[in-house]
Amino acid sequence: MKRVGYDIVIVGSGAGGGTVAQELSPLCRQGVRIAVLEKGPRLRDHEFTGRELEMAGALYEDGGGFLTADGTMTIAFGCAYGGSTVVYTGTSMLPPERVIRRWDVPGLTHADLDCRARKFMAENNAHLLEDDLINENNKLFVEGCRKLNYGVQQFPVNIKGCRGSSLCNLGCPNQAKQGTDRVQLPRAERNGVEVVTRCQVLTVGDQTLAVRVAAKAAGAKGDPSPWEPGDYQVDAKIIVLCAGAVNTPALLLRSGMQRSLPRLGRGFTTHPAFIIVGEHARPITNFVGFPKSYYVDQFAESEHFVLETCMYFPFITAKSLAGFGAPHSSFMRAFPRLQMILVLACDEADEYNRVSVDNAGRPVVNYRFQHEATRGLIRGATTSAKILFAAGAVRVHMPIARDTAIESRDAARRLEIAEIEATAGFQPGKTPVSAAHPQGGCGMGSGPANSVTDSYGRVHGLPWLFVADASLFPNSLEINPYVTIMALADRVAQRIREEVPALL
Amino acid sequence: MPLNPDPAIFRAVVSTIVPEAAALDDQGWHDLHQVIEALLRDRPESLKRQLRLFLGAIQWLPVVRYGRPFTRLNPATRTRVLAHLQNDRIQKVRVGFWGLRTIVLAGYYGRPQAAQAIGYAASPRGWEALK
Repeated sequence: MKRVGYDIVIVGSGAGGGTVAQELSPLCRQGVRIAVLEKGPRLRDHEFTGRELEMAGALYEDGGGFLTADGTMTIAFGCAYGGSTVVYTGTSMLPPERVIRRWDVPGLTHADLDCRARKFMAENNAHLLEDDLINENNKLFVEGCRKLNYGVQQFPVNIKGCRGSSLCNLGCPNQAKQGTDRVQLPRAERNGVEVVTRCQVLTVGDQTLAVRVAAKAAGAKGDPSPWEPGDYQVDAKIIVLCAGAVNTPALLLRSGMQRSLPRLGRGFTTHPAFIIVGEHARPITNFVGFPKSYYVDQFAESEHFVLETCMYFPFITAKSLAGFGAPHSSFMRAFPRLQMILVLACDEADEYNRVSVDNAGRPVVNYRFQHEATRGLIRGATTSAKILFAAGAVRVHMPIARDTAIESRDAARRLEIAEIEATAGFQPGKTPVSAAHPQGGCGMGSGPANSVTDSYGRVHGLPWLFVADASLFPNSLEINPYVTIMALADRVAQRIREEVPALL
Repeated sequence: MPLNPDPAIFRAVVSTIVPEAAALDDQGWHDLHQVIEALLRDRPESLKRQLRLFLGAIQWLPVVRYGRPFTRLNPATRTRVLAHLQNDRIQKVRVGFWGLRTIVLAGYYGRPQAAQAIGYAASPRGWEALK
């Protein structure tokens, strides 16, 4: 086994890791050695083709098919240079005050997070997309919401030079999205931070990591790792874990830390979601233009759901539609006439939903649909259907209904029946549910009895070990999380900078 | 053959889930298999075994109710068989069907020809491609 040493090692390069790398990188000028270890590959610009399965296989953990333990939900998260910021849509939301207040983490204020979040919004060029670049899939959502008097709002998005490919979730083929792969990591590297890709961290020991560098498979996308394939021991005086809300808790669990940290893996939430599809009588612009520009969050507190515009690709759309056979195919054949809405349920941290590891140390997400989240999905589905019909859809695909196609002529009655049926018997494993916002597992708090880290991400009892990713969230954020992750990572980096003289 | 040594079973299931698959030529089936193989390549052997078992169950379970295996049923009855699995009271059965259905949909809709056939034409050139 080869042995290498650094002053600071950051595990993961997404919203958390990329931010910590950038914020600590000025230390390199003082001779501090910093490395980022990233499990995924680093792709060249020309390798972002927008082809669905090819890109999903290259950029997502398990090709986007990571399943919960009982197989009832897929959780999508990135695995590449830039982490999930390569595959998110770039919707840039400030942390909501009511949520941060409810988290009630000693030492963490909304004002502090808000200030840091705004810094990253500006750095990533988050702004409201110009009207003439908004497609009909989004405009019709606004039209439907306004007819129903719903409070529709526009997302700030972090893009620069967007050509409207609609392929954000497959990695922007035009390098327009300002993820950490485009902004923070290149800046960190210019300052002297090393980034080691295809490098999986197996365990964390006392200021040391066991890592495995994978060879590039024949025909795979991306550069080979800068390190020779093989096993390494990486020593570091400070270690910052930013591997995401599934992999960071799993890493600590397989490192045997659950005894001193009983809350490890607990408090996992993920915004379970599905799509509601409406078919219009005429083709609309949907697979061209930025896919996600508007949302409705007025029901988040009262009914536990948020609605967002979205537009997916053929396989993901097919998978997200319930059922099979002719009724399923008839919606697929209508693709150019489809309008899509994403329903995100606001789930709550509880004692069951958690990250654990199997005998081989692989992450396992134990997830059970809570009553309120299920209710949120159902109410979100019927609300979305109303928006689609108000926007002129002639029929809607309702994944919660027994007969999934609902025509506009009998919409009111059928939606009522669908809601009653689904409330009485929502069936996980039948209704296609996915999620892309894994959070929690290393929640912040005051001590090991109620949390894994303090409000600056320092793991209780281990002054050299920090966490800086979505696993810090003590409960659901209820919005798209990347800006809040960056704000928290910025706090972690600040604390590390302050303590460098003592820790190094 | 990615999941079952008997191509007739696999094709019967795929064509029930996506009726358009019945019209695929040999090249189309080859491409569909290639997509599924690539998708399953790095998945655990246990998952592949479960999928194979599930396919076997689909073939032989109808004998109990209809007196013949899945491949010898008419399309409407095949649909009924799969609908039973999709709506089964046992969650593991529903999840098994969901997994198989996902693999089949990936195989069919993961092919560029299928995207073209449904009118999906997203391009990295975005708005310019419309002009």
